Amino acid sequence: MSDTSLQSFEHEAQFGDYLALLKPRVMSLVIFTAFVGLVVAPVPVQPFVAFTAILFIAVGAGASGALNMWWDADIDAVMRRTAKRPIPSGRVTGGEALAIGVGLSGISVVMLALATNIAAAALLAFTIFFYAAVYSMWLKRATPQNIVIGGAAGAFPPMVGWVAATGSVSIEAVLMFALIFMWTPPHFWALALFMKSDYDDAGVPMLTVTHGRKSTRRHIFAYTILLAPVPVVLALSSIGGPVTLVVAVALNAWFLKGAWDIVRRDEDVAIADDYRTEKSFFRFSLYYLFLHFGALLVDAALRAGGVI
Amino acid sequence: MAIKATHEIHQRRWSRNAGVALVLAAFIAVIFGLTIAKVSGGGSLEAFDHAPRNSITVNE
Repeated sequence: MSDTSLQSFEHEAQFGDYLALLKPRVMSLVIFTAFVGLVVAPVPVQPFVAFTAILFIAVGAGASGALNMWWDADIDAVMRRTAKRPIPSGRVTGGEALAIGVGLSGISVVMLALATNIAAAALLAFTIFFYAAVYSMWLKRATPQNIVIGGAAGAFPPMVGWVAATGSVSIEAVLMFALIFMWTPPHFWALALFMKSDYDDAGVPMLTVTHGRKSTRRHIFAYTILLAPVPVVLALSSIGGPVTLVVAVALNAWFLKGAWDIVRRDEDVAIADDYRTEKSFFRFSLYYLFLHFGALLVDAALRAGGVI
Repeated sequence: MAIKATHEIHQRRWSRNAGVALVLAAFIAVIFGLTIAKVSGGGSLEAFDHAPRNSITVNE
């Protein structure tokens, strides 16, 4: 008797546990990039409609996070970084996460369609499907290219924001997509380098596990080179401007230098200073994305103010 | 006799109930705000009701 009641106490979640299912930190990036995508679009959106659109894009992203946690609870329990998530720690049951994920997916897609247009809602639905099914269920455990293709899921929000405003996809939306898409592999591979044993333990075929750490370092460098031209082209597009161009050149120089440092180091040196270069590259990669989208916002403001 | 002792679990339940209540209230506020925004925006307000719809009536 007492054993069973203790068991059920474990599953009494508090509200914060449900919020944690929605991956609030990932959501903050989604909110920001979707906001930029919507604001830089050439079609003005009524402010409250814009707020609603971004809110439900964020809810959709949260829903896909809950579905991901439901599906990945077994490997999350093994990895140190994710062991404290609501499901592996026993605060929320898998069934609850699934119900929340499916429920919020439906609500977010329908509400985005009502607030803006069907195309944006369809793109949001595809994003949720891509992250929950294509990435989580299929690619993550099947191929070391998991995050390369899975990165597309994180790259959709600015495009959804853009489509919410304009009703269709255009070259600028594709460029914003490409920026996040190309940025994701170096960002996550740097993480995989210093979160060393995690992915090994869980049996996720991360590049570090399948091709070795030396190869991962070369991959980071190669993808950083491929990434570099994207923000420059974006700066020269109709939504870019001088601020974006300056930011793109400066951050690229910094990012390429970091990637070069990573490729030159070997494992012994990295272990000796506790992956300092890799950790700072990872931290800087977050600024890289944030500042580029911030620059687009500044250029949009300058354009609205008639300065450029 | 009423049970007075509260357990830590009651706090967790309260937090959950209050959170869900707030979310529902916020959802209602969003629907209301969106309605106001759409209606005052002057977009197409036709629906499938019992009134004649201008867009499907044939010009004589």
